[in-house]
Amino acid sequence: MTSTEPKTRITILEVNNIGKSYGAVNALAGISTVVNAGQVTCVLGDNGAGKSTFIKILAGAHTPSEGQLLLDGEPVTFSSPRAALDRGIATVYQDLAVVPLMPVWRNFFLGSELTRGSGPFRRLDVKEMKRITLTELLNMGIDLRDVDQPIGTLSGGERQCVAIARAVYFGARVLILDEPTAALGVKQSGVVLRYIARARDRGLGVVFITHNPHHAFPVGDRFLLLNRGESIGDFEKSKITLGELTSLMAGGAELDSLTHELERELGADSPLVKELEAENQQAE
Amino acid sequence: MTTTDIMTIALRPRVERRPIRRVLARPETGAFVAALAVLVFFSIYTNTFLTLPGAGVWLESASTFGIMAVAVALLMIGGEFDLSAGVMTGFTALIVGILTTQFGLNIWVAAVISLIVALAIGALNGYVVMRTGLPSFIVTLGTFFVLAGADLAVTKLLTGQVSIQGMAKVPNYDSIQPLFGSSITIGGGVFYVSVVWWIVVTAIATWVLLRTRAGNWIFAVGGALNSSRQVGVPVMKTKIGLFMTTAGAAWLVGMISLFRTSTVQANTGVGQEFIYIICAVVGGCLLTGGYGSAVGAALGALIYGMVFQGITFAQWDTNWLRTVLGAMLLLAVFLNHWVRRRASGGAQ
Repeated sequence: MTSTEPKTRITILEVNNIGKSYGAVNALAGISTVVNAGQVTCVLGDNGAGKSTFIKILAGAHTPSEGQLLLDGEPVTFSSPRAALDRGIATVYQDLAVVPLMPVWRNFFLGSELTRGSGPFRRLDVKEMKRITLTELLNMGIDLRDVDQPIGTLSGGERQCVAIARAVYFGARVLILDEPTAALGVKQSGVVLRYIARARDRGLGVVFITHNPHHAFPVGDRFLLLNRGESIGDFEKSKITLGELTSLMAGGAELDSLTHELERELGADSPLVKELEAENQQAE
Repeated sequence: MTTTDIMTIALRPRVERRPIRRVLARPETGAFVAALAVLVFFSIYTNTFLTLPGAGVWLESASTFGIMAVAVALLMIGGEFDLSAGVMTGFTALIVGILTTQFGLNIWVAAVISLIVALAIGALNGYVVMRTGLPSFIVTLGTFFVLAGADLAVTKLLTGQVSIQGMAKVPNYDSIQPLFGSSITIGGGVFYVSVVWWIVVTAIATWVLLRTRAGNWIFAVGGALNSSRQVGVPVMKTKIGLFMTTAGAAWLVGMISLFRTSTVQANTGVGQEFIYIICAVVGGCLLTGGYGSAVGAALGALIYGMVFQGITFAQWDTNWLRTVLGAMLLLAVFLNHWVRRRASGGAQ
């Protein structure tokens, strides 16, 4: 799972001191990080930390109130998600933008269908679309026997991967994944993490939003931690351990007091308390 | 209901590799089986049903319902209803009737104006539904009543009657009539050109649905509106186009009924909007959108036509007509549902 060391680390997207306020409410302030080609930038934070505001800015759904975005070193503002997409920034939202009753291949090309012929005889190039869907999914390591099955019959992880493969095929350079593992079990999460690593290995810059440090750490190259709309750190992988990450996420002091509280109620021998203590020590 | 429907279909495709199962899993298979059952029943029960004259009668009856059912099926796959579809068939015929008999307009010009007005009302239906976000059921119920009232009031105002007659005396009537109202006689059976229209409309609808981008978008907007929007499907254009298609089909049916009889009643088509929906559902369309087929809807209309005329052939008391129709249609829906479930891979 370790990333292949890139010879030259090309920065695709740079986030420079970005902030977003809605009237008097500051949703986000002073966020900076970079997204490099062939690397995974993880954005970690609890509910309400500002993760969704952050990705909406990257995806072009919101414009930042302050700071700037640099794409290939040039300052950019996206007027719409379509504009961001046209510049190669694709976002895979939690609902995946798939139509459950439609076959996998129709979903893969939905909105960008291939056609042949012209005039009234312009028709879908079904054969080619099926072929491409099959090979693109194989490239991501998904072997679907039948791309004719409705996408609703695939597992959550598989559907996530189809959405990723679709973004990659349609020329994404930066792939933003909004909590792709949030609704998945352990095994399915592992499957998705593997595809994130594959997308990374194909040279994409990946922005992986999650609240789970155990999912972020194995694939991440850089970790941006958010808390209540502010950055509490932007670390390269060599500068941080999983324990530190977990502790920062939970807020080290808060975890300590939680351990003591549970100790009083459950007794010091409780397996849960022991586990928490171990985690605290690891963090320190 | 939505979840169950999705599950029923979602369970289906794993088995689609087996050819027989693949056929059984198609949305129109249930309607096909039901149509066959109805055909066999009336063929045995009466001795006129399965003759050329008999077939001419029930095919003619099924054809106009079939044209509408196919258009309504497309709309339902796209996730919407059109309750004004029935009254629109009378409305378009009345426009032609009034413009020619009362204002002396050229009949071809009147037919084109009627089509343009129909398409405009269809577009308005779609625009209002999309703009307001209100259910199409309510919006088109409104259009239905507005048109139904206008049909009667305007016809009465201009002609003093509730129907328009004497169309055959209008100049150039004979030049346009064959297009919509002609017939040929084969072995004593009269077959109308509307049956050809029905087949053509079904074929075009099937082609559009399965082999064009527009068809892809129709399934998408009916199956998951937000997802469609996110991947760049032109949602507004697709939905408005569907409402216009239904209105255009209603115009075709209006012309067919006008030029077959050379008269038009002011209340033509009222009450038929639900029959179109029933035909589409019998043909495998989900009420919730995103699933169905044009061929299925055409078969649904065929069932309707056969039952409708079969009852007359069987010489049952026609007061029971609607009751029997309702029961038959329910049966067909159950059968359709059962076949679909069987097809979903050995479901009980």
